[in-house]
Amino acid sequence: MIEINNLVKRFGKLTVLDGINLSFLNGGIHTVLGPNGSGKTTLIKSILGIVVPNKGTIKINGKEVIGKWQYRDDISYMPQIAHFPQNLKVKELFKMIKDLRNTSINENELISLFQLESHLDKKLSNLSGGTSQKVNIVITFMFDAPLIILDEPTTGLDPVALISLKKIIKQKKDEGKTILISTHIMSLVEEISDEIVFLLDGKIYFQGTTDELKKQTEQDNLENAIANVLRESDD
Amino acid sequence: MIKQLFFTALLLFAFTELTAKQIKVCKSCGYTSIKEAIAAAENGDEIIVEAGIYQEYDLRIEKPIKLIGIDHPTIDAMEKGYIFEVLSDSVTISGFKLINVGKSYTSDYAAIHTYRIDNFVIENNIFINPFFAILIEKSHNGIISKNIIKGNAVHEHNSGNGIHLWHASKIEVNDNIIEQMRDGIYFEFAKHSSISGNKSRRNIRYGLHFMFSNDDRYENNMFENNGAGVAVMFSKRIYMRKNIFRLNWGTASYGLLLKEIYDADIIDNIFEQNTIGVNAEGSNRVVFENNNFKSNGWAIKFLGACYGNKLMRNNFMHNAFDISYNGRINGNIFDKNYWSEYTGYDLNKDNIGDIPYRPVKLFSYVVNRTPETIILLRSLFVDIINFSEKVSPVFTPDNLKDFNPLMKPVNDRN
Amino acid sequence: MIKILKYSFYDLMRSRWSYIYFLFYLALGFILLFLNQDVSKAVITLLNIIIVLTPLIGTLFGVMYFYNSKEFTELLLAQPIKRSNIFVGQYLGISLSLSLSLVVGLGIPFLAYGLFQSAEIFNFFSLLLIGAMLSFIFVALAFNLALYFDDKIKGFGLAIITWLFFAVIYDGLFLITMLMFDDYPLDKFALGATIFNPIDLSRILIILKLDISALLGYTGAVFQDFFGTSFGLFFSLVLLSLWIILPLLLIVVKSKRKDF
Repeated sequence: MIEINNLVKRFGKLTVLDGINLSFLNGGIHTVLGPNGSGKTTLIKSILGIVVPNKGTIKINGKEVIGKWQYRDDISYMPQIAHFPQNLKVKELFKMIKDLRNTSINENELISLFQLESHLDKKLSNLSGGTSQKVNIVITFMFDAPLIILDEPTTGLDPVALISLKKIIKQKKDEGKTILISTHIMSLVEEISDEIVFLLDGKIYFQGTTDELKKQTEQDNLENAIANVLRESDD
Repeated sequence: MIKQLFFTALLLFAFTELTAKQIKVCKSCGYTSIKEAIAAAENGDEIIVEAGIYQEYDLRIEKPIKLIGIDHPTIDAMEKGYIFEVLSDSVTISGFKLINVGKSYTSDYAAIHTYRIDNFVIENNIFINPFFAILIEKSHNGIISKNIIKGNAVHEHNSGNGIHLWHASKIEVNDNIIEQMRDGIYFEFAKHSSISGNKSRRNIRYGLHFMFSNDDRYENNMFENNGAGVAVMFSKRIYMRKNIFRLNWGTASYGLLLKEIYDADIIDNIFEQNTIGVNAEGSNRVVFENNNFKSNGWAIKFLGACYGNKLMRNNFMHNAFDISYNGRINGNIFDKNYWSEYTGYDLNKDNIGDIPYRPVKLFSYVVNRTPETIILLRSLFVDIINFSEKVSPVFTPDNLKDFNPLMKPVNDRN
Repeated sequence: MIKILKYSFYDLMRSRWSYIYFLFYLALGFILLFLNQDVSKAVITLLNIIIVLTPLIGTLFGVMYFYNSKEFTELLLAQPIKRSNIFVGQYLGISLSLSLSLVVGLGIPFLAYGLFQSAEIFNFFSLLLIGAMLSFIFVALAFNLALYFDDKIKGFGLAIITWLFFAVIYDGLFLITMLMFDDYPLDKFALGATIFNPIDLSRILIILKLDISALLGYTGAVFQDFFGTSFGLFFSLVLLSLWIILPLLLIVVKSKRKDF
């Protein structure tokens, strides 16, 4: 379980997270939604410890995590843009990440799923954007971490890879992992989310299932429901 | 000339041999003291002193005799005065070890003192901690060779010189070793004399010092670790060749000091790792040729009023500053030298660089003004100001250049 | 940390820039020796180059690497690794690779030209040691700048200004101050001012080996007493090490509070 209490993060004068109180139960797919600049990525990065909050606490399974690093052993994170050391080869990168995490899960299944075999000996600087993203996915799912955090995972993926990604996400869910996704793609949200959190201007605007959101906004389509929320907030 | 001298000497030798006799001095000989032996000797006699310690001082020699030590007998003056006072022509003193000469602030006590004599030989003696070792006054035609002089001088005011000549002429000072005196060799009003093959080291003032001495030459000497190597002052026509000036370090220390000098020749010398290689002040018509200036702080420093000096075919290698100069060019000539810092080119391959070299750097002026700035030596900022001065000179005389800098070092030397 | 160091180092050793840097020193060494065959002269020329170039390359490489590997750093930050270890590891990786380019690049030509038969061997190795220390110092300063300024242009600009300050401006101010106050005893001031600039300190350490006659002679007892002794040498090396350690501590402190 992830418990976030009164989380505040400011960048200079800009308050990005404004006293967030939030909790995610273990298991299931939790999606963080919100317009650009609503604080999705900052929230995720706070949980990961990449961003250091100004105030508030974050507990994972009852343990405070801010300023710690060992807890990340239990997290797999997929950043929005994949950028790797330019002079390493793909297989060296895999080796390195495994080496850094001290775990050895066989990544071959993932590699074949995303058809990366032919790229293994290429330097990372020579990969296309889509291929880089596939490498990014492989790195994320190489480990058996109970918490998986994905920041805009669909960026730059071709349809085939997207299907594979969804398949893995579902598979992980079935294995009982907790999955946290931030995304813009409503179809994906509707398809896989168990719970959505809607962030607006650094505050939680809504937390619940997609059906609950639709019901609350009296819309039958998630996209419209969201648009409705945004319109209301403008008033 | 030499042949004539030789025959004269031979004749003299043949003549004296007829009448001269040998007088032996030892603990069990007829004479047990040198003083007695001298008193008993007649003109031309040889006094042979055997090994042992003789506590004697103020031994006055007033007749032409030879004193010869066998296995370096020691004469201990017990700090009471002179050891030998030579007041007669044609005296030889050879093979003694002379210790504990008196020290005084009023008398120049010396181990061997000559006064108003002609034709003497002082050789193969060892001097330990003398006040003065050899003091030559108003004497002429002497040979001082193969002596070893080891002093313990610490302060200038209460120490004496190794070989000191005053109003002397035609003296040959050869192959001596002189250490830790005030001046290793001091010439005052000494003319037509030569100094060669000596090693003068760790003397607290100068390795060799000329004052008012004209027409002398010194060659093949080594001056090392002295307060300053050689000082040539108020003298004319001094010929300096194949000497080595090394490791003379210290505030305003130098290998060679020239002060009020006219018409000297400085040829084939090596100046190595001195704070200042040559410090020239009021030096005129001096020729520097074929010298090696290597790794000195300053190779040559010209201070006021130097006229008509010529520097040709010298090597200037890795000196922090090659030339320091103030004032106008004054007819001084820098030509066909090798400068290790020269960066020009030689398109016609005649071993002469096609663009002139400016041996004076702006930074050397700065350091002359404020010595502590030396700490910025070789810093990028200093390189930049030197470069800008090189491109458009403001401080250095525009015509102070070597118009024919050599591309390769001059190598024809030992 | 060792792992981060290893991978950063590995990454850098394969980068084009490291090759260029290495080849530059290799070529420089051979050219210097080929031109005059005189090891002692080559060491003097090298001094001028190393004193200026290693800090410049260290600063530029430092900021460049930091900005270029930002996303990768983020990836690492999401891994179970201590923050300071990531930055210190990267810092050591880049400093080591730069030092290695320097040492091997110059070492090969000098060994090939019979350095071991030369009396200059000790000077040469002190030169390499000091070049390596300068790399470590200026990469650390660059990392600090890059940590404080997210704006790449600003970071690069300040990095170059930092280098310019230590390599040129500082000495200019130093010289002007000495000329202005030359009625006062300056040797202690000069000594103090030297100590506070790592480039000046390195320069003095080397020229004390090369131009000792000029330095010892002219500046009186203070420099001689200080730098001439093994205490002075030891003290200078400690100071240079402090120039590495203090910025490194700043990196650790700043990196703990930094958002990515």
